Amino acid sequence: MSEFEMVRDVLVVGAGPAGLGAATEAARLGAQVLVVDENHRPGGQLFKQIHKFFGSASHKAGKRGFVIGEYLLREARDCGVEIWLDSVVEGVLAEGPVCVVQGRNSRHIAFRNLILATGAQENTAIFPGWTLPGVLTAGAAQTFANLHGILPGKKILMLGSGNVGVIVGYQLIQAGARMVGVVDISPKSKGYQVHLDKLKRIGVPFFMSHRITRAWGNFRVEGVELVEVDRNYNILPGTEKKLEVDTICLAVGLNPRTQLARQLRCRLKYIPELGGWVTIHNEDMKTTANNIFIAGDAAGVEEANIAIDEGRLAGVAVAQNLGLVSEKEAETIKEEYRERLFSLRSGKDKERLECKRTLIRAYYE
Amino acid sequence: MTRIIDHPILGAFHRGAEVTITVDGQSLKAREGEPIAAALLANGISVFRFTEKSGDPRGLFCGIGICTDCKMTVNGVPNVRTCVTPIKAEMVIQTQRGTDKWHE
Amino acid sequence: MNNKALEDSEKGHAVLECYEEIPCDPCSEICPFGAITIPGLITNLPQLNLSLCTGCGRCVPACPGQAIFIIKYLPDKRKARISLPYEFLPYPTTGQKGWGLNRNGHAVCRARVISLILNKDYNHTALLSIEIPSRFAKEVRFFRRSNDDNQ
Repeated sequence: MSEFEMVRDVLVVGAGPAGLGAATEAARLGAQVLVVDENHRPGGQLFKQIHKFFGSASHKAGKRGFVIGEYLLREARDCGVEIWLDSVVEGVLAEGPVCVVQGRNSRHIAFRNLILATGAQENTAIFPGWTLPGVLTAGAAQTFANLHGILPGKKILMLGSGNVGVIVGYQLIQAGARMVGVVDISPKSKGYQVHLDKLKRIGVPFFMSHRITRAWGNFRVEGVELVEVDRNYNILPGTEKKLEVDTICLAVGLNPRTQLARQLRCRLKYIPELGGWVTIHNEDMKTTANNIFIAGDAAGVEEANIAIDEGRLAGVAVAQNLGLVSEKEAETIKEEYRERLFSLRSGKDKERLECKRTLIRAYYE
Repeated sequence: MTRIIDHPILGAFHRGAEVTITVDGQSLKAREGEPIAAALLANGISVFRFTEKSGDPRGLFCGIGICTDCKMTVNGVPNVRTCVTPIKAEMVIQTQRGTDKWHE
Repeated sequence: MNNKALEDSEKGHAVLECYEEIPCDPCSEICPFGAITIPGLITNLPQLNLSLCTGCGRCVPACPGQAIFIIKYLPDKRKARISLPYEFLPYPTTGQKGWGLNRNGHAVCRARVISLILNKDYNHTALLSIEIPSRFAKEVRFFRRSNDDNQ
């Protein structure tokens, strides 16, 4: 094995909800856990989420995302979890340690078990003018508005009417922007009706079955043209509309961040409903590579409560792997988390249940 | 664009001390610790660089340090991701043209 | 309780506009009178028992989807008060005049602000109550101040 600075029972990559859930659970059961996150602050996407979360009131439903983030962090620290920030897991060396880059230093850390909680990244949409300043992802707009207190624009068009688009659109209005409209190429939004209703009753126009043809501007976006499409997404000539905007937010889906999983030679499967290429795992969140586990959006794009519980499930599995908890006790705890996950996936998005089953089946193929 | 003063959910934003930075020779105010990109947007600057081949204006895109569209030359060092690099007093920031040069 | 009885009643009552199976239960947890229940799986739709509902309004800010409203018909039957969740600055103030917007954001009637309440347990979601002509009670779900061209 290559030289390494230290060994940890459990190394968790990513301090978002899945990572913190996993770390806390493993530490609680006696493992020595190190969490490594590339960001300046932990919590993943949670700290940008200023809206009240769904879920069970007994599990922090009704609380705003950043409050849940603070709670998870406190819980992890109370369990003795060590967290390194501003630290990038650049890769895995052959036969062993990960290479963690901090500033200009690189450190090699060996592990007995690795939990990947690397989350997801945003897709992009391409149209003439998409590179102009003022065209940015919905996540970027949300980060700057909610974390840095900067309004990214005053007249904003949102491309994409899924949950991310409508939630961020609402938050940009709270930040002081005017939402000029929400555009979606589909006739019907996939977002939750309640999120759509919040924008509709304020008077935000929805341009369903529309697409962007082009955006223009000198040094920043100044205008955008939309056009209506038919059921086969063909342009309907004569339906062009020009809108004056200074910002276009792209909310066109997320895809799992699987670079490390691929480097570790975990097998992946392409499942569009889960965001694209997803790392295969079994009912214990174990990947096809030895001692490598996965949780959260990296294992399929869903949402925060699911990420936390998948993390916890992986945390128990890892503790069991280390011999810190008996198989019987581990199964009892894991079953409880599996039931919660089932219940969280039982609503309108129940196709994800079947997708997750497919993923688990693929593990055994 | 604008600094948000009061927010219905978050209240007043806690910001670092006010510091002075230089952007393309111009003296501007920023807040210590905020991302460089935030300081620039607050000062009405949206263009952070021009591309190597076609000279197109580029700025903030992903906001989380993975696309590199927001890179600028900071204290002589090019390709600094301004969306994840915090402001320090007296920082010298330049609109990056192409790949620029290392000025150290 | 049928519609006529509702309109005759002095007390307000909740209206749950939650129609999708989302795993969520803060409404049933917060109601102090047990008027809201979610039978079975947490993804099932909430059920309102109108005879237990007092129109206290605690459920309005508690709903993460902002899908609950309180309707109260005034004794003269010509006016109604709608209480709705409000999370924007500047807050409307008592007496302010404006428009009642329907679910599509269209102004359908004049409206007047009765109160804006922001308790600590509302967690930054204000409870805005407006008075409108009662015949619009089933439509109005948002308020815009007069001369407010912004959202």
